[in-house]
Amino acid sequence: MIPEIGHFSLIVALALALALAALSLTGAARGIPGFVAVARPAAQGQFVFVAIAFGCLAWSFYSNDFSVLNVASNSNSSLPTAYRIAATWGSHEGSLLLWVLMLSIWMLAVSVFSRSLPEDMVARILGVMGLIAVGFLSFMLFTSNPFERLLPAAADGRDLNPLLQDPGMVFHPPMLYMGYVGFSVAFAFAIAALLDGRLDATWARWSRPWTTAAWVFLTIGIALGSFWAYYELGWGGWWFWDPVENASFMPWLIGTALIHSLAVTEKRGAFKNWTVLLAIIAFSLSLLGTFLVRSGVLTSVHAFATDPKRGIFILCFLAVVIGGSLSLYAWRAHRVEPGGRFELLSRESMLLANSVLLLVACGAVMLGTLYPLFLDALGLGKISVGPPYFESVFMPLMAPAILLAGIGPLVAWRRGDAAQLARQLRWVAIAALLGALFVPLAFGRWAALTSTGLLLAFWILAGTLTALVVRIKSNAKINSAFLGMLLAHAGVGVFVIGITLVKSYETERDLRMAPGDTATLGGYSFRFEGVHELPGPNYAAARGSVTVTRDGETIALLAPEKRIYRVQQNPMTEAAINGGISRDIYVSLGEAVGDGAWTVRVHIKPFIRWIWFGCLTMAFGGLLAASDRRYRAARRREDATAPDATVVRGSTA
Amino acid sequence: MIAIAAGVALISIAAALVLNAFQGNVVFFFSPTQVVAKEAPVDRTFRVGGMVEKGSLKRRADGLTVDFIVTDTAKSIPVVYSGLLPDLFKEGKGVVAQGKLGPDGAFHASEVLAKHDENYMPPEAAHALSKAEADRAAKSVVNPGAAR
Repeated sequence: MIPEIGHFSLIVALALALALAALSLTGAARGIPGFVAVARPAAQGQFVFVAIAFGCLAWSFYSNDFSVLNVASNSNSSLPTAYRIAATWGSHEGSLLLWVLMLSIWMLAVSVFSRSLPEDMVARILGVMGLIAVGFLSFMLFTSNPFERLLPAAADGRDLNPLLQDPGMVFHPPMLYMGYVGFSVAFAFAIAALLDGRLDATWARWSRPWTTAAWVFLTIGIALGSFWAYYELGWGGWWFWDPVENASFMPWLIGTALIHSLAVTEKRGAFKNWTVLLAIIAFSLSLLGTFLVRSGVLTSVHAFATDPKRGIFILCFLAVVIGGSLSLYAWRAHRVEPGGRFELLSRESMLLANSVLLLVACGAVMLGTLYPLFLDALGLGKISVGPPYFESVFMPLMAPAILLAGIGPLVAWRRGDAAQLARQLRWVAIAALLGALFVPLAFGRWAALTSTGLLLAFWILAGTLTALVVRIKSNAKINSAFLGMLLAHAGVGVFVIGITLVKSYETERDLRMAPGDTATLGGYSFRFEGVHELPGPNYAAARGSVTVTRDGETIALLAPEKRIYRVQQNPMTEAAINGGISRDIYVSLGEAVGDGAWTVRVHIKPFIRWIWFGCLTMAFGGLLAASDRRYRAARRREDATAPDATVVRGSTA
Repeated sequence: MIAIAAGVALISIAAALVLNAFQGNVVFFFSPTQVVAKEAPVDRTFRVGGMVEKGSLKRRADGLTVDFIVTDTAKSIPVVYSGLLPDLFKEGKGVVAQGKLGPDGAFHASEVLAKHDENYMPPEAAHALSKAEADRAAKSVVNPGAAR
């Protein structure tokens, strides 16, 4: 009964989404107040029914209803409760439902927090989001019904892939999807503005907090995924340039460019077309990512069973959305008035250069991700494009972007003062050079790349600090948007320090160790005490014990495991990590090689945690910026002047 | 004007970077049949995929180096690898190895990839197997007597 309620709710949600899209878009175009008024309640109704459907699926998983195919394929009665619930989004169908749920949450948020927006604008925004919901709901109902029954019911389920049985599964997908789908708000704002022809600073001010919020979720989602891969996959890497990672990274790059471009559009009224284009690209890349991950053209941890029908559906949807929005853009963009003028040395030009760099970097990532797929699809051979390609292209493109990010906040809008800038940058340059030269010496090994990485990191950190000092000295008000920006830039610096140090100084060894054997790596010695059997809730583990000492002092007792999950009989490596600010010690078990001996891999990863700490700092900066009082204050001001605003619009129309 | 010139310069630099990196870092895939037919490059990293032949996995005395045979059911090549094997590496299952051909005729793998799902066959490996199958089928049609 419960699965049928869920299925039925999805159908109702689809009907509501259809009504929402049709009525509110027509209403806004023709000026029919009755149709426009449908937008909010329809969006809220759609949220309610999607939430019911999601609840039903979660309940089916929770209550081990193995008469539902999805549950029987992806869960098991011995699976711990938290993972049974997380298994709701552990399958293709379930993850799509999560996608639609996230979209509905964003629509609900827009319908609630949009009192300051003109009604027809709200109707257009929700209408566009409703269209997206129609696409995804029909995709789900026609090709991937999460509630499909299995008759007769299975006695027990086939279990969740052991790789996914991890706390990461509980947090990573919802965060990532929240970010991915969040760009649909910026997209809907852009399309609504194009339809309406009202592309101005107010539009940018409305879009900004939404875009930043989506970006914050995406940043956290990607960082969580990276951390999860690091401790779960057992070989100590934190980013693999795997196509699925790239699929989430491309919208992030464009989202970052969009946030910066929106700032210019709001403050200076410039780059309107560019901003709209970025908003369209960001969401298109989110859709492309969904296509890549969900259609089965890629094979990775994230890909599920292949079904060509699904791939074609998403591809067509992708073509309609991207083609449609770009056509609209081509048709309407020339009507947009050019914004304020600016000099070559100005914050505008810095931000423009940065967003172009981000776009080009995204293009390079896209080429490396899609080229092998095209070759394969055309039958021209199989190739793989690995990390060396991405690293050698991405780093030279990001280096100037980081240099610019260090300078940008110091340069005035419209026209910068070159002499003043040179004075301020002198200190930044000295700090960066000193850091870049001397920090590697502390590690005992100097390399050009290490120094370059540190130079960039210290440059952006010192530049950010200088910008704060200048602002404090000038007695200007420091709002949370400004602080958030500085914090996010500092996060980039921390992130770059982490990458540089871990890339330069990480060490690893593969060893064969018998009980009592000792090995040394990076000044630490590792004594292998042996392995004993240990039962888990739904697996059997072989748990090793390794004592880590330094100068005779015990640092940590590590217990890496090799687990065999009972249902699927898959072996899984659980690495043991002793984390710290300045280094992680990482030990994983290979396999038994006789006489109680095992193959063991040990890593020392200096400063690796700074990578994720940097990401979290960026996300926190974004959160601070999105919560700036300006956005709320502006709303109140507009409320007070609303009647005038209508008159003005009426006269210009 | 300056902005446009800078933009063009930036894009040309990016294009140069991309092309250069592509040339140096693209890894091609070859099936065991192709490797035996000497189609694979000698001094360049490439990937080979197929099935780990049953009973072929042997561990050397150092406990870390393993030898195994990768086959596409038509031809097979010996592979040497030193290090920890991935969790789902098994005899009779699909595998993809990345490395170089050694002077001894063996493939010296620097990386061994097996995938994250027990029933999953790496696409390159599946491709190699199905190609060998197709070749056999083609031969048996051309020369039905030989198949018997």
